Amino acid sequence: MTLLNDAPMAAPAHGLSDEQQALVEMVRDFAQQELEPHAIEWDREKHFPLDVLHAAGELGFGGIYVREDVGGTELTRADTALIFEELAKGDVTIAAYISIHNMVAWMIDTFGDDDQRERWVPRLASMEHLGSYCLTEPDSGSDAGALATRAVRDGDDYILTGVKQFISGAGSTDVYIVMARTGEAGPGGITAFIVPADAPGLSFGPNEVKMGWNAQPTRPVILDGVRVPAADRLGAEGEGFTMAMKALNGGRLNIAACSLGGAQWALDRAVRHISTRRAFGAPLSTQQSLVFTIADMETELQAARLLLRSAAQSIDSGHPDVAAHCAMAKRFATDVAFTAANAALQLHGGYGYLAEYGIEKVVRDLRVHQILEGTNEIMKLIIGRSVLEKVS
Amino acid sequence: MRIIVLIKHVPDTWEERVLDPVTGRLDRSASERVVDEITERALEAALALKDRDKSIEVVALTMGPSESTGAIKKALSMGADSGIHLVDDALAGADAMTTAATLAAALRDAGADLIIAGNESTDGRGGVIPAMLAEHLGLPALTFVSELSIDGGRVRGERATETATSVVSAPLPAIVSITEGMPEPRFPSFKGIMGAKKKPVASHPLADLEPALAGSRSSASSVVLTCEQRPGRTGADPIVDEGDAGTKLAGWLIERRLAEQRLV
Ligand SMILES: Cc1cc2nc3c(=O)[nH]c(=O)nc-3n(C[C@H](O)[C@H](O)[C@H](O)COP(=O)(O)OP(=O)(O)OC[C@H]3O[C@@H](n4cnc5c(N)ncnc54)[C@H](O)[C@@H]3O)c2cc1C
Repeated sequence: MTLLNDAPMAAPAHGLSDEQQALVEMVRDFAQQELEPHAIEWDREKHFPLDVLHAAGELGFGGIYVREDVGGTELTRADTALIFEELAKGDVTIAAYISIHNMVAWMIDTFGDDDQRERWVPRLASMEHLGSYCLTEPDSGSDAGALATRAVRDGDDYILTGVKQFISGAGSTDVYIVMARTGEAGPGGITAFIVPADAPGLSFGPNEVKMGWNAQPTRPVILDGVRVPAADRLGAEGEGFTMAMKALNGGRLNIAACSLGGAQWALDRAVRHISTRRAFGAPLSTQQSLVFTIADMETELQAARLLLRSAAQSIDSGHPDVAAHCAMAKRFATDVAFTAANAALQLHGGYGYLAEYGIEKVVRDLRVHQILEGTNEIMKLIIGRSVLEKVS
Repeated sequence: MRIIVLIKHVPDTWEERVLDPVTGRLDRSASERVVDEITERALEAALALKDRDKSIEVVALTMGPSESTGAIKKALSMGADSGIHLVDDALAGADAMTTAATLAAALRDAGADLIIAGNESTDGRGGVIPAMLAEHLGLPALTFVSELSIDGGRVRGERATETATSVVSAPLPAIVSITEGMPEPRFPSFKGIMGAKKKPVASHPLADLEPALAGSRSSASSVVLTCEQRPGRTGADPIVDEGDAGTKLAGWLIERRLAEQRLV
């Protein structure tokens, strides 16, 4: 495994093509104008800005790596990582939701038949419709293969019954991909379904009160005898778990990129703060221990960026170890980004703890990236097993 | 219908701009270059017309050094159909007369029904190019408009003055300069960015324009004679707030006749 082969330089703009630089510039302008000025308020008010998401959809944010014939832009995962890093500098939570939405659009584009692609994807790609990804349940998170929601065949339909937990966007979104059991116990008995928000029997629990990610709702999704036509079964029976995991490879990179963007934003703020804030007769930036802190933050974020770009190339090139590469990028980037954001808070002193400065929000938002889309312990399981497999 | 938008690549307005003390010209390497915000609005005006009438062709034209292809790329990614780049070392440091003559030479046979420019650029701020072009090309000019529409072979605009709003109109072809009162430019879409490199860009050195230039070139031109760096700030006079900062500030202004004292 030569991860760093052909890897571009880690500095944000190094090794980028003209198009990639133009993409980054456009996302930066969008994030600075449409997200950043509102991020603190959206967090405080728990406001999910549907209007801004629709505007983002018109620019192509809804189908970044979806195929062009159904309204996507078909960019590479390397491009996608750059986009999410830049977007998250404006608002980590909104960028992360857009990642989940892209996972949903990509699943239908990739695993759907022609009819499903035409019926569902164009409006997801334009973000006229928003998507949610429903895998986790109250009693199965890390062990998603043990999920209990049932889908029972009834003529031309399936009838879905069960509860999904922690579903991002739920209650505000239009299209739900639900993983449910049609067969035996374990991952092999799981099938994916496309369920519209207005399906009779589908309802939502209360919006969870959480530490961060406040600008997007997280709710239980309750399926009480929801009738889904077989035409909305995604792929064949028993393929749902594999499809859900493939979607998560990309989701993990996007979440890693969101962590990186949030932490880079916090680092930039911290550098500005300690350069202007004076104590003991000189700017704080003259204190060697703070210089070292900055050095560690910068080094670890650059390393995460390299690992992320390398894993993105693994998806783009169809590398056989893609799951492990994505897991490494996700584990490393979300850990060092959280540490860096927390260090940025410390460098701001008391101001870092005030909502007004935006730093504490980034810390709260980044914390959950170590938990969702597979906890970082589960990432280590994936990585470790893939290394050990090579020996046996 | 063909609309040509004049765009300009300028140093980022938000960064410090530096003059080269020897030539008196802008040091273009000193700051990041962007499409002049007001010319982005000019492009937006053209694209908004195109949104309503897809048959409209929008062409972005710029005169500038080779890096200015960046400005054309941005315009193409926002939705312009093609670009024209006037690029020649001999144009470095061109004054308004030369710039207007050169742009006019390029525009003369370009078949524009409408030419849209910004009222001034954020770097040079001469604010004369659109009127000069109208003179060169013998076109009616609607300058400083903050609203724009086309209808039945005429262009119509609104221009705010100190006392009133004038509604102005002219038959096409015409030239329009717009102010910052026009709507903000759109973001390029991902598709627009990826498609930009497939769009045609014509690059013209001065030699291409020679026949058309011959008629409009003027012997008058302005050159920079001397240039000095702005002196650093000195003599700051800090006012310490001891609960009476307001009174002190007012006193400071009155002393310098920047404000007058009135007894109420
Ligand atoms: C804000 C938020 C949004 C979310 N959005 C979505 C969504 O949109 N869709 C969706 O399907 N899910 C979503 N999730 C769910 C998320 O993916 C799960 O919370 C996550 O997978 C962990 O599952 P769990 O909470 O059940 O924890 P558990 O699986 O119970 O794990 C508890 C702890 O045990 C550790 N652990 C578990 N198994 C092992 C093991 N074998 N070895 C070592 N350690 C282990 C875990 O790492 C963790 O630290 C969201 C969660 C949150 C908090």
